[in-house]
Amino acid sequence: MTAAFVFDLALCALIVAVAVTAVAARSHFAAIVFFIVYGLFVAIAWVRLEAIDVALTEAAIGAGLTGLLLVGAAARFGPDEAARIAPTQTVRRLLGKLGQIAICATGAAALVVLLRMLPETAAGLHPLVQQKLAESGVSNPVTAVLLNFRAYDTLLESIVLTISLVGIWSLAPDRLWAGVPGAAHHARPEGVLAHFARALPSVGLLVGVHLLWAGADAPGGAFQAGTVLAAVWLLAVMAGLTEAPAVSSLRLRALIVLGPAFFLSIASIGAFAGAFLGYSTDIAKMSIFAIEALLTVSIAVTLALAILGAPRRTR
Amino acid sequence: MVTPLDIATITLVSAGVAFFIAGTLGLLRFPDAVTRLHALTKADNLGLGLIVIGLVLQADNVWQALELIFIWLLNNLAAATVAQLVARVALVAAPSSNRRSEA
Repeated sequence: MTAAFVFDLALCALIVAVAVTAVAARSHFAAIVFFIVYGLFVAIAWVRLEAIDVALTEAAIGAGLTGLLLVGAAARFGPDEAARIAPTQTVRRLLGKLGQIAICATGAAALVVLLRMLPETAAGLHPLVQQKLAESGVSNPVTAVLLNFRAYDTLLESIVLTISLVGIWSLAPDRLWAGVPGAAHHARPEGVLAHFARALPSVGLLVGVHLLWAGADAPGGAFQAGTVLAAVWLLAVMAGLTEAPAVSSLRLRALIVLGPAFFLSIASIGAFAGAFLGYSTDIAKMSIFAIEALLTVSIAVTLALAILGAPRRTR
Repeated sequence: MVTPLDIATITLVSAGVAFFIAGTLGLLRFPDAVTRLHALTKADNLGLGLIVIGLVLQADNVWQALELIFIWLLNNLAAATVAQLVARVALVAAPSSNRRSEA
Protein backbone atom coordinates (compact mmCIF):
# COMPACT_ATOMS: atom_id res chain seq x y z
CA MET A 1 0.00 0.00 0.00
CA THR A 2 2.40 2.64 -1.22
CA ALA A 3 1.54 6.25 -1.90
CA ALA A 4 1.72 5.55 -5.63
CA PHE A 5 -0.88 2.81 -5.32
CA VAL A 6 -3.24 5.06 -3.39
CA PHE A 7 -2.75 7.77 -6.00
CA ASP A 8 -3.48 5.34 -8.84
CA LEU A 9 -6.59 4.06 -7.08
CA ALA A 10 -7.85 7.60 -6.52
CA LEU A 11 -7.11 8.45 -10.16
CA CYS A 12 -9.07 5.43 -11.42
CA ALA A 13 -12.00 6.29 -9.15
CA LEU A 14 -11.92 9.88 -10.42
CA ILE A 15 -11.84 8.75 -14.06
CA VAL A 16 -14.88 6.51 -13.57
CA ALA A 17 -16.72 9.22 -11.62
CA VAL A 18 -16.07 11.88 -14.25
CA ALA A 19 -17.07 9.50 -17.05
CA VAL A 20 -20.36 8.67 -15.32
CA THR A 21 -20.98 12.39 -14.75
CA ALA A 22 -20.33 13.13 -18.41
CA VAL A 23 -22.81 10.47 -19.49
CA ALA A 24 -25.43 11.50 -16.94
CA ALA A 25 -25.10 15.26 -17.47
CA ARG A 26 -28.23 17.29 -17.95
CA SER A 27 -27.07 19.60 -20.71
CA HIS A 28 -24.82 19.18 -23.73
CA PHE A 29 -22.39 21.77 -22.48
CA ALA A 30 -22.00 20.12 -19.07
CA ALA A 31 -21.40 16.75 -20.74
CA ILE A 32 -18.71 18.25 -22.98
CA VAL A 33 -16.95 19.96 -20.08
CA PHE A 34 -16.84 16.71 -18.13
CA PHE A 35 -15.63 14.91 -21.25
CA ILE A 36 -12.69 17.34 -21.45
CA VAL A 37 -11.94 16.79 -17.77
CA TYR A 38 -12.10 13.04 -18.38
CA GLY A 39 -9.58 13.40 -21.21
CA LEU A 40 -7.18 15.26 -18.92
CA PHE A 41 -7.45 12.64 -16.19
CA VAL A 42 -6.80 9.89 -18.74
CA ALA A 43 -3.72 11.86 -19.84
CA ILE A 44 -2.47 11.74 -16.24
CA ALA A 45 -3.18 8.00 -16.23
CA TRP A 46 -1.00 7.64 -19.34
CA VAL A 47 1.78 9.51 -17.54
CA ARG A 48 1.47 7.06 -14.65
CA LEU A 49 1.86 4.24 -17.19
CA GLU A 50 5.00 6.02 -18.47
CA ALA A 51 3.59 6.56 -21.96
CA ILE A 52 4.30 10.29 -22.14
CA ASP A 53 3.88 10.67 -25.90
CA VAL A 54 0.40 9.18 -25.61
CA ALA A 55 -0.34 11.45 -22.64
CA LEU A 56 0.64 14.53 -24.67
CA THR A 57 -1.52 13.42 -27.58
CA GLU A 58 -4.45 12.58 -25.31
CA ALA A 59 -4.34 15.96 -23.60
CA ALA A 60 -3.92 17.89 -26.83
CA ILE A 61 -6.15 16.02 -29.27
CA GLY A 62 -8.33 13.78 -27.14
CA ALA A 63 -9.29 16.37 -24.55
CA GLY A 64 -8.55 19.72 -26.13
CA LEU A 65 -9.27 19.45 -29.82
CA THR A 66 -12.15 16.96 -29.57
CA GLY A 67 -13.69 19.06 -26.81
CA LEU A 68 -13.48 22.12 -29.03
CA LEU A 69 -15.12 20.22 -31.89
CA LEU A 70 -17.93 19.10 -29.58
CA VAL A 71 -18.46 22.64 -28.24
CA GLY A 72 -18.75 23.91 -31.79
CA ALA A 73 -21.23 21.17 -32.61
CA ALA A 74 -23.26 21.78 -29.43
CA ALA A 75 -23.43 25.50 -30.19
CA ARG A 76 -25.42 24.67 -33.30
CA PHE A 77 -28.08 22.77 -31.36
CA GLY A 78 -29.58 25.83 -29.78
CA PRO A 79 -30.88 26.09 -26.22
CA ASP A 80 -31.28 22.81 -24.38
CA GLU A 81 -34.68 21.66 -23.37
CA ALA A 82 -34.82 20.13 -19.95
CA ALA A 83 -35.88 16.54 -20.29
CA ARG A 84 -39.44 16.20 -19.17
CA ILE A 85 -40.13 12.65 -18.15
CA ALA A 86 -43.75 11.59 -18.00
CA PRO A 87 -44.54 9.63 -14.80
CA THR A 88 -45.49 6.46 -16.71
CA GLN A 89 -42.12 6.37 -18.42
CA THR A 90 -40.11 6.63 -15.22
CA VAL A 91 -40.15 2.91 -14.49
CA ARG A 92 -39.14 2.06 -18.04
CA ARG A 93 -36.28 4.57 -17.88
CA LEU A 94 -35.17 3.16 -14.54
CA LEU A 95 -35.11 -0.38 -15.90
CA GLY A 96 -33.21 0.88 -18.93
CA LYS A 97 -30.61 2.56 -16.72
CA LEU A 98 -30.24 -0.57 -14.57
CA GLY A 99 -29.71 -2.63 -17.71
CA GLN A 100 -27.03 -0.23 -18.91
CA ILE A 101 -25.25 -0.32 -15.56
CA ALA A 102 -25.40 -4.14 -15.54
CA ILE A 103 -23.86 -4.36 -19.02
CA CYS A 104 -21.09 -1.90 -18.13
CA ALA A 105 -20.31 -3.69 -14.87
CA THR A 106 -20.13 -7.05 -16.67
CA GLY A 107 -17.83 -5.60 -19.30
CA ALA A 108 -15.59 -4.06 -16.67
CA ALA A 109 -15.46 -7.33 -14.72
CA ALA A 110 -14.56 -9.25 -17.89
CA LEU A 111 -11.75 -6.76 -18.62
CA VAL A 112 -10.37 -7.09 -15.10
CA VAL A 113 -10.37 -10.89 -15.37
CA LEU A 114 -8.60 -10.76 -18.74
CA LEU A 115 -6.00 -8.32 -17.43
CA ARG A 116 -5.26 -10.54 -14.45
CA MET A 117 -4.62 -13.43 -16.83
CA LEU A 118 -1.88 -11.55 -18.67
CA PRO A 119 1.71 -12.28 -17.56
CA GLU A 120 3.10 -9.91 -14.96
CA THR A 121 5.96 -8.57 -17.01
CA ALA A 122 5.61 -9.01 -20.73
CA ALA A 123 8.38 -7.37 -22.63
CA GLY A 124 6.48 -7.32 -25.91
CA LEU A 125 8.34 -5.72 -28.77
CA HIS A 126 10.38 -3.46 -26.50
CA PRO A 127 13.65 -5.49 -26.62
CA LEU A 128 13.45 -5.70 -30.44
CA VAL A 129 12.93 -1.93 -30.72
CA GLN A 130 15.79 -1.26 -28.30
CA GLN A 131 18.06 -3.49 -30.40
CA LYS A 132 17.42 -1.60 -33.61
CA LEU A 133 17.08 1.85 -32.05
CA ALA A 134 20.62 2.90 -32.88
CA GLU A 135 20.05 2.37 -36.59
CA SER A 136 16.74 4.18 -36.66
CA GLY A 137 18.18 7.67 -36.48
CA VAL A 138 16.33 8.81 -33.36
CA SER A 139 16.63 7.86 -29.72
CA ASN A 140 12.99 8.12 -28.66
CA PRO A 141 11.60 4.58 -29.21
CA VAL A 142 8.08 5.90 -29.84
CA THR A 143 9.26 8.19 -32.64
CA ALA A 144 11.38 5.39 -34.04
CA VAL A 145 8.36 3.11 -34.23
CA LEU A 146 6.01 5.80 -35.57
CA LEU A 147 8.27 7.22 -38.23
CA ASN A 148 10.69 4.44 -39.07
CA PHE A 149 9.71 0.89 -38.20
CA ARG A 150 5.97 1.44 -38.67
CA ALA A 151 6.03 4.53 -40.84
CA TYR A 152 3.36 2.94 -43.02
CA ASP A 153 0.76 3.54 -40.30
CA THR A 154 1.73 7.18 -39.86
CA LEU A 155 1.66 7.75 -43.61
CA LEU A 156 -1.85 6.36 -43.83
CA GLU A 157 -2.90 8.37 -40.75
CA SER A 158 -1.81 11.63 -42.32
CA ILE A 159 -3.65 10.81 -45.52
CA VAL A 160 -6.77 9.85 -43.54
CA LEU A 161 -6.60 13.23 -41.80
CA THR A 162 -6.59 14.99 -45.15
CA ILE A 163 -9.51 12.90 -46.40
CA SER A 164 -11.48 13.70 -43.23
CA LEU A 165 -10.99 17.39 -43.94
CA VAL A 166 -12.34 16.89 -47.46
CA GLY A 167 -15.30 15.12 -45.88
CA ILE A 168 -15.94 18.08 -43.58
CA TRP A 169 -15.69 20.52 -46.48
CA SER A 170 -18.13 18.48 -48.54
CA LEU A 171 -20.87 19.39 -46.03
CA ALA A 172 -21.00 22.92 -47.45
CA PRO A 173 -23.84 23.80 -49.80
CA ASP A 174 -22.84 24.18 -53.43
CA ARG A 175 -22.87 27.95 -53.53
CA LEU A 176 -20.47 28.14 -50.55
CA TRP A 177 -18.05 25.60 -51.94
CA ALA A 178 -15.29 28.22 -52.24
CA GLY A 179 -16.29 30.13 -49.12
CA VAL A 180 -14.67 30.92 -45.79
CA PRO A 181 -15.03 28.45 -42.92
CA GLY A 182 -16.11 29.50 -39.46
CA ALA A 183 -18.14 32.43 -38.25
CA ALA A 184 -16.87 35.97 -38.54
CA HIS A 185 -15.20 36.70 -35.24
CA HIS A 186 -14.75 40.07 -33.66
CA ALA A 187 -13.16 41.09 -30.40
CA ARG A 188 -12.49 44.56 -29.02
CA PRO A 189 -8.96 45.48 -30.10
CA GLU A 190 -8.07 46.72 -26.59
CA GLY A 191 -9.87 43.87 -24.88
CA VAL A 192 -8.66 40.87 -22.92
CA LEU A 193 -9.13 38.33 -25.71
CA ALA A 194 -7.25 40.41 -28.26
CA HIS A 195 -4.28 40.87 -25.93
CA PHE A 196 -4.27 37.18 -25.08
CA ALA A 197 -4.39 36.26 -28.75
CA ARG A 198 -1.46 38.57 -29.41
CA ALA A 199 0.63 37.25 -26.52
CA LEU A 200 0.10 33.54 -26.91
CA PRO A 201 0.94 32.66 -30.54
CA SER A 202 4.62 33.46 -30.15
CA VAL A 203 4.76 31.24 -27.07
CA GLY A 204 2.76 28.61 -28.92
CA LEU A 205 5.13 28.71 -31.86
CA LEU A 206 8.07 28.21 -29.52
CA VAL A 207 6.41 25.33 -27.70
CA GLY A 208 5.31 23.72 -30.97
CA VAL A 209 8.76 23.86 -32.56
CA HIS A 210 10.29 22.58 -29.30
CA LEU A 211 7.87 19.63 -29.22
CA LEU A 212 8.76 18.84 -32.83
CA TRP A 213 12.51 19.07 -32.28
CA ALA A 214 12.48 17.26 -28.95
CA GLY A 215 10.38 14.46 -30.41
CA ALA A 216 13.47 12.76 -31.71
CA ASP A 217 14.94 12.11 -28.26
CA ALA A 218 12.18 12.81 -25.76
CA PRO A 219 8.38 12.65 -25.74
CA GLY A 220 6.96 14.86 -28.45
CA GLY A 221 6.52 14.65 -32.18
CA ALA A 222 4.58 15.88 -35.16
CA PHE A 223 1.02 15.39 -33.94
CA GLN A 224 1.52 17.11 -30.61
CA ALA A 225 3.41 20.02 -32.17
CA GLY A 226 0.81 20.35 -34.92
CA THR A 227 -2.00 20.52 -32.38
CA VAL A 228 -0.29 23.30 -30.40
CA LEU A 229 0.26 25.31 -33.58
CA ALA A 230 -3.34 24.74 -34.69
CA ALA A 231 -4.58 25.91 -31.28
CA VAL A 232 -2.73 29.24 -31.32
CA TRP A 233 -3.77 29.90 -34.90
CA LEU A 234 -7.41 29.21 -33.98
CA LEU A 235 -7.00 31.61 -31.04
CA ALA A 236 -5.86 34.36 -33.39
CA VAL A 237 -8.80 33.65 -35.69
CA MET A 238 -11.29 33.66 -32.81
CA ALA A 239 -10.03 37.00 -31.57
CA GLY A 240 -10.56 38.49 -34.98
CA LEU A 241 -6.84 39.21 -35.40
CA THR A 242 -6.61 37.21 -38.59
CA GLU A 243 -9.08 35.93 -41.12
CA ALA A 244 -9.54 32.26 -41.84
CA PRO A 245 -8.49 31.67 -45.44
CA ALA A 246 -11.05 30.77 -48.08
CA VAL A 247 -11.30 27.05 -48.69
CA SER A 248 -10.47 27.49 -52.37
CA SER A 249 -7.15 29.17 -51.61
CA LEU A 250 -4.39 27.37 -53.48
CA ARG A 251 -1.80 28.17 -50.85
CA LEU A 252 -3.98 26.64 -48.15
CA ARG A 253 -4.51 23.47 -50.15
CA ALA A 254 -0.79 23.23 -50.87
CA LEU A 255 -0.05 23.45 -47.13
CA ILE A 256 -2.59 20.74 -46.37
CA VAL A 257 -1.16 18.19 -48.80
CA LEU A 258 2.47 19.18 -48.25
CA GLY A 259 3.09 16.80 -45.34
CA PRO A 260 1.49 13.63 -46.72
CA ALA A 261 2.86 14.30 -50.22
CA PHE A 262 6.41 14.70 -48.95
CA PHE A 263 6.04 11.59 -46.80
CA LEU A 264 4.77 9.65 -49.82
CA SER A 265 7.62 10.89 -52.02
CA ILE A 266 10.26 9.87 -49.47
CA ALA A 267 8.56 6.50 -49.20
CA SER A 268 8.60 6.07 -52.97
CA ILE A 269 12.29 6.98 -53.17
CA GLY A 270 12.84 4.12 -50.75
CA ALA A 271 10.83 1.90 -53.10
CA PHE A 272 13.34 2.47 -55.91
CA ALA A 273 16.09 1.34 -53.57
CA GLY A 274 14.15 -1.81 -52.87
CA ALA A 275 12.18 -1.10 -49.70
CA PHE A 276 9.08 1.12 -49.75
CA LEU A 277 9.38 3.45 -46.73
CA GLY A 278 12.87 2.22 -46.04
CA TYR A 279 15.51 4.78 -45.14
CA SER A 280 19.18 4.01 -45.35
CA THR A 281 20.73 4.41 -41.93
CA ASP A 282 22.83 7.48 -42.68
CA ILE A 283 19.98 9.67 -43.93
CA ALA A 284 17.40 8.26 -41.51
CA LYS A 285 17.62 11.04 -38.94
CA MET A 286 17.42 13.78 -41.57
CA SER A 287 14.55 12.12 -43.42
CA ILE A 288 12.60 11.62 -40.22
CA PHE A 289 13.06 15.20 -39.16
CA ALA A 290 12.13 16.57 -42.58
CA ILE A 291 9.04 14.39 -42.70
CA GLU A 292 8.04 15.39 -39.18
CA ALA A 293 8.53 19.10 -39.85
CA LEU A 294 6.37 19.16 -42.97
CA LEU A 295 3.86 16.82 -41.37
CA THR A 296 3.56 19.25 -38.43
CA VAL A 297 2.66 22.10 -40.75
CA SER A 298 0.07 20.01 -42.56
CA ILE A 299 -1.39 18.61 -39.35
CA ALA A 300 -1.65 22.10 -37.84
CA VAL A 301 -3.48 23.49 -40.86
CA THR A 302 -5.72 20.41 -41.23
CA LEU A 303 -6.74 20.27 -37.56
CA ALA A 304 -7.44 24.00 -37.39
CA LEU A 305 -9.59 23.81 -40.52
CA ALA A 306 -11.38 20.75 -39.17
CA ILE A 307 -12.36 22.76 -36.10
CA LEU A 308 -13.47 25.74 -38.17
CA GLY A 309 -15.71 23.40 -40.10
CA ALA A 310 -17.34 23.57 -43.49
CA PRO A 311 -17.36 26.88 -45.37
CA ARG A 312 -20.20 28.99 -44.04
CA ARG A 313 -19.91 32.36 -45.70
CA THR A 314 -18.39 34.16 -48.60
CA ARG A 315 -15.85 36.84 -47.84
CA MET B 1 16.36 9.71 3.89
CA VAL B 2 14.23 12.82 4.10
CA THR B 3 16.31 15.95 3.64
CA PRO B 4 15.23 19.43 4.79
CA LEU B 5 14.68 20.22 1.10
CA ASP B 6 12.15 17.39 0.90
CA ILE B 7 10.40 18.66 4.02
CA ALA B 8 10.20 22.12 2.49
CA THR B 9 8.78 20.65 -0.73
CA ILE B 10 6.18 18.61 1.14
CA THR B 11 5.12 21.65 3.19
CA LEU B 12 4.83 23.93 0.19
CA VAL B 13 2.95 21.41 -1.93
CA SER B 14 0.57 20.68 0.95
CA ALA B 15 -0.07 24.39 1.37
CA GLY B 16 -0.76 24.62 -2.36
CA VAL B 17 -3.21 21.73 -2.15
CA ALA B 18 -4.92 23.45 0.80
CA PHE B 19 -5.41 26.55 -1.34
CA PHE B 20 -6.84 24.40 -4.14
CA ILE B 21 -9.29 22.86 -1.68
CA ALA B 22 -10.27 26.36 -0.52
CA GLY B 23 -10.81 27.43 -4.11
CA THR B 24 -12.94 24.37 -4.82
CA LEU B 25 -14.99 25.03 -1.70
CA GLY B 26 -15.56 28.53 -3.02
CA LEU B 27 -16.59 27.10 -6.38
CA LEU B 28 -19.15 24.86 -4.72
CA ARG B 29 -20.51 27.24 -2.10
CA PHE B 30 -20.49 30.74 -3.54
CA PRO B 31 -23.80 32.04 -4.84
CA ASP B 32 -23.12 33.07 -8.40
CA ALA B 33 -20.72 32.91 -11.32
CA VAL B 34 -18.73 36.07 -10.60
CA THR B 35 -17.85 35.19 -7.01
CA ARG B 36 -17.03 31.63 -8.04
CA LEU B 37 -14.64 32.96 -10.67
CA HIS B 38 -13.01 35.10 -8.01
CA ALA B 39 -12.44 32.06 -5.80
CA LEU B 40 -11.10 30.03 -8.70
CA THR B 41 -8.62 32.51 -10.06
CA LYS B 42 -7.22 33.82 -6.77
CA ALA B 43 -7.03 30.63 -4.74
CA ASP B 44 -6.12 28.24 -7.56
CA ASN B 45 -3.34 30.39 -8.98
CA LEU B 46 -1.85 30.92 -5.55
CA GLY B 47 -2.09 27.20 -4.87
CA LEU B 48 -0.38 26.42 -8.16
CA GLY B 49 2.33 28.97 -7.33
CA LEU B 50 3.05 27.27 -4.01
CA ILE B 51 3.17 23.85 -5.67
CA VAL B 52 5.53 25.20 -8.32
CA ILE B 53 7.86 26.69 -5.67
CA GLY B 54 7.83 23.34 -3.88
CA LEU B 55 8.75 21.53 -7.10
CA VAL B 56 11.40 24.08 -8.05
CA LEU B 57 13.28 23.02 -4.92
CA GLN B 58 13.41 19.50 -6.38
CA ALA B 59 14.48 20.51 -9.87
CA ASP B 60 17.66 19.01 -11.31
CA ASN B 61 18.96 22.17 -12.92
CA VAL B 62 18.12 25.81 -13.51
CA TRP B 63 16.34 25.11 -16.80
CA GLN B 64 13.82 22.76 -15.21
CA ALA B 65 13.11 25.34 -12.50
CA LEU B 66 12.61 28.04 -15.13
CA GLU B 67 10.29 25.74 -17.09
CA LEU B 68 8.14 25.19 -14.01
CA ILE B 69 7.91 28.92 -13.33
CA PHE B 70 7.10 29.51 -17.00
CA ILE B 71 4.25 27.00 -16.75
CA TRP B 72 2.92 28.87 -13.71
CA LEU B 73 3.05 32.21 -15.54
CA LEU B 74 1.28 30.77 -18.60
CA ASN B 75 -1.39 29.29 -16.34
CA ASN B 76 -1.88 32.70 -14.68
CA LEU B 77 -2.28 34.36 -18.07
CA ALA B 78 -4.79 31.78 -19.28
CA ALA B 79 -6.78 31.75 -16.03
CA ALA B 80 -6.99 35.54 -15.87
CA THR B 81 -8.13 35.82 -19.47
CA VAL B 82 -10.71 33.07 -19.17
CA ALA B 83 -12.03 34.54 -15.92
CA GLN B 84 -12.54 37.93 -17.59
CA LEU B 85 -14.29 36.37 -20.59
CA VAL B 86 -16.56 34.13 -18.50
CA ALA B 87 -17.42 37.03 -16.18
CA ARG B 88 -18.40 39.16 -19.14
CA VAL B 89 -20.71 36.44 -20.44
CA ALA B 90 -22.13 35.87 -16.95
CA LEU B 91 -22.89 39.56 -16.49
CA VAL B 92 -24.67 39.63 -19.83
CA ALA B 93 -26.57 36.41 -19.23
CA ALA B 94 -27.85 36.99 -15.68
CA PRO B 95 -27.20 40.62 -14.86
CA SER B 96 -29.41 40.92 -11.78
CA SER B 97 -28.09 37.96 -9.78
CA ASN B 98 -24.50 38.61 -10.77
CA ARG B 99 -24.50 42.32 -10.08
CA ARG B 100 -25.92 41.73 -6.63
CA SER B 101 -22.51 40.68 -5.31
CA GLU B 102 -20.62 43.31 -7.26
CA ALA B 103 -19.21 45.39 -4.41
